[in-house]
Amino acid sequence: MSAHRPRLDRVAEPVIAARGLTKRYKDFVAVDAIDFEVAPGESFGLLGPNGAGKSTTMRMVGAVSTRTAGDLGILGLDPNEHGPAIRSQLGVVPQQDNLDTELRVRDNLLVYGRYFGLPRAQVAARADELLDFAQLKDKVKAKIDDLSGGMKRRLTIARALINDPRILLLDEPTTGLDPQARHILWDRLFRLKEQGTTLVLTTHYMDEAEQLCDRLVVVDKGRIMAEGSPAALIREHSSREVLEVRFGSERNTTAAAELQGIGDRLEVLPDRILIYSANGEDALAEVTRRGLEPITSLVRRSSLEDVFLKLTGRSLIE
Amino acid sequence: MTAADPIAFSARSRRLGAWYVAEHKIRQMRAYLGTALATALGTPFLYLFAFGVGLATLITDNVSAVPGVTYLQFVAPALLASAAVLVASEEYTFGVMLGLKWNLTFVAMNATPITARQIVDGLMIFVWFRMLITTVIYYLAMVVFGAVDAVGSVGTIVAGLLAGFAFSPIAAYAATIEEDRGQFAILQRTVILPLTLFSGTMFPLTQLPMFLQWVGWLSPLWHASELGRQFVFGPTEPIWLSVLHVVYLLALGVLGWQLCARVVGRRLNK
Repeated sequence: MSAHRPRLDRVAEPVIAARGLTKRYKDFVAVDAIDFEVAPGESFGLLGPNGAGKSTTMRMVGAVSTRTAGDLGILGLDPNEHGPAIRSQLGVVPQQDNLDTELRVRDNLLVYGRYFGLPRAQVAARADELLDFAQLKDKVKAKIDDLSGGMKRRLTIARALINDPRILLLDEPTTGLDPQARHILWDRLFRLKEQGTTLVLTTHYMDEAEQLCDRLVVVDKGRIMAEGSPAALIREHSSREVLEVRFGSERNTTAAAELQGIGDRLEVLPDRILIYSANGEDALAEVTRRGLEPITSLVRRSSLEDVFLKLTGRSLIE
Repeated sequence: MTAADPIAFSARSRRLGAWYVAEHKIRQMRAYLGTALATALGTPFLYLFAFGVGLATLITDNVSAVPGVTYLQFVAPALLASAAVLVASEEYTFGVMLGLKWNLTFVAMNATPITARQIVDGLMIFVWFRMLITTVIYYLAMVVFGAVDAVGSVGTIVAGLLAGFAFSPIAAYAATIEEDRGQFAILQRTVILPLTLFSGTMFPLTQLPMFLQWVGWLSPLWHASELGRQFVFGPTEPIWLSVLHVVYLLALGVLGWQLCARVVGRRLNK
């Protein structure tokens, strides 16, 4: 395990350390020599569009996918040699629900807990605690197919916690959920974060990344484009505010030409123009002063979406 | 052992993982316990009644070189082996597809300390368990119908278990299937059903023209039926041939099992 050395600027040794981590499938490079570290208790995110290599990275970190090149240490162990030992300390919430639909809610937890070699009584007690935590106490005997999407997700998270993991891996935890279900889930994850669980999550929702991550990397096409806290990334790669103006799809491009010089930067999207500026209201005043009348205008704070747009020239959700 | 030492922590799973998988599969059975029991109980009585009481009244001669053997005695070990094959191939096909594709339970297990090999080992343990229930019930039905005496022919159960095990290459094949396009129905109709008919199960293999007899020699079902018959009314063959039956069945079973573990391992570790 010479792969990673403790860094002097961090008190604790990282629980995940990747150096030049690479995964290739024949000619296709899914993950292209990425470096990152995750400190214990940290909430770390991989933000990027579909196909960016997030899930592949998660699978390598989860010790279920062998890397093609580079070094990877999870809890100080190399997954190539200590897969089962590493997995015994992880909780995994996969992108696609894989609850056992032939078992009832509570039985799903009982069976899963056994895989960690935990005694039956201990698993049963833990299962009841977790069903409470996942707000599924009244669904103990329900069939999996009768649960809503949000409930299934919460049950999968409860299942991932059955072994009291040192790291919880969440791959797109709220994709496909309605807003209410997402907020319930975020609340649960936030509680785990407060308790000191190390969270590693992938998402293509910038609001999710902002809500849950202490630090994140923006990934695109298998590479890390930027790294930092959500606030720092926004500060570094975007202005404080954004003015969004719409002129209708036909006038957008011509209007853009007349908007040059307002704010720090312009971004012309098919349906609207984004004007990056420290003060959105001032920018809007300048737009109207130039005699342009947008159909709609909106001033908002910069978000990670803007960071992503700046870094890749593309939108997160396409 | 402390939670801080992951290697020690996972040692138990490394030792008992396959048994945990089997335990999981047994728990799943609760969902279809009614159907499984009805099949396990009903099938032997239907078959033994049809063949032993029905067809046997027409076939009273030429059944075996051993004098005095009834058609029921001749056909019963083969029926028992076929029942084991049916149960096993159900798990080798649907059980594998369920884990890798439909329900993704193997993927979920693989995220824990359990390894792909343990998943397949657990599946095999479970198949043996299901076959044991099926064959024991079959055997008891055979006793009731007077095809065998209660204790002396117990070995025919072992022959049945080996028959089912020998079909494990189907599990290895099922593990390679990425997309379900009705391959199992084709397999059932073009491989398993013909084997059931042409493996010296309903009539002695020697009744087939020579150019078709090789089907029987390759068929695990023929080997298992002949082996089972040795316990019911044998010996009808030299001992080396009985040993060959066992070796052939075990070899096929081990081959399929190992191949399946490799395919599942490759598929789960992408």
